[in-house]
Amino acid sequence: MKNVVYIILGSFLGIVLYKSEAASWFRIYEMFQFDSFHMYGIISSALAVGVVLVFWIKKSKIKSFFGEPLNIEDKERSFTRYIVGGTLFGMGWALAGSCPGPMYILAGAGYWPIFIVLFGAVLGAFVYGTVSKKLPH
Amino acid sequence: MIYQPWPWYVAGPLIAIIMALLILMGKRFGMSSNLETFCSIGGAGKFTDYFKVDIKSKRWNLLVVLGSVIGGFIGAHWLSPNPAVDISDKTVVKLQELGFDSAGTSYLPTELFSLESLADPKVWVILLVAGFLVGFGTRYAGGCTSGHAISGLSNLQRPSLIAVIGFFIGGLVMVHLLFPLIFVV
Repeated sequence: MKNVVYIILGSFLGIVLYKSEAASWFRIYEMFQFDSFHMYGIISSALAVGVVLVFWIKKSKIKSFFGEPLNIEDKERSFTRYIVGGTLFGMGWALAGSCPGPMYILAGAGYWPIFIVLFGAVLGAFVYGTVSKKLPH
Repeated sequence: MIYQPWPWYVAGPLIAIIMALLILMGKRFGMSSNLETFCSIGGAGKFTDYFKVDIKSKRWNLLVVLGSVIGGFIGAHWLSPNPAVDISDKTVVKLQELGFDSAGTSYLPTELFSLESLADPKVWVILLVAGFLVGFGTRYAGGCTSGHAISGLSNLQRPSLIAVIGFFIGGLVMVHLLFPLIFVV
């Protein structure tokens, strides 16, 4: 049952990101050119609702749907890994026109060259995993 | 209505609701950690302990990925009679100058994402390098757009703000400084 819910949530996410064009290479380019409010609108309205929902979930001490206590951990404190990793990610995001979520969505939409991007992304994650101990965090 | 592109004020709140539902299921909204799970499934644990994880505990997120693939299929094939993305005229002009004649007429640039484009080895290199930067960068930063820009910022996390600033530094450098060098007409 839980499994079906995850698949439905993923499908819903896929439809929303595809139909709002957040999975379009063109929208990402346009965002980095500051030529349209569209992507900024998606991110800021998601945050406006997200901040309220997360605040409510923490404040109300609500349990999960399965009765387990919820604790939303804080992100580990650091600067280097976030700024360096973030910048590398941003370069890839702009060039591929796609972040990890939309890669899967575009694969489903039938844009076969996205599999090259996806292969590169898995390779990148693999290389990070093998050298992570040597990198400054 | 549903067949038209969805406006930002519909998409944004829906994304936040998906995030909240995942939290209420005891999970997190984060798509890039699946890249590491793929490594673990492929046997990367033989090379480094980093990938020695319990794959079963990551299964739920792989199901979200499976859903995303299905959602992409539904969105593209059943809900979008017109795939053209209505980007601003200014953007179309800038892209034409870079050699992207498909700007404003398709969902993705055919110059990079059509089967014909793969006849050019340069396109393979561009797509591979782009993917590599995404995969390496997101794991170094500990999250991508979903984990940092949406989930982390919704939880008012300073690390996520630093990461998102990094996303924009990288994106702006790529689009404004490197694109004119990469896409020489």
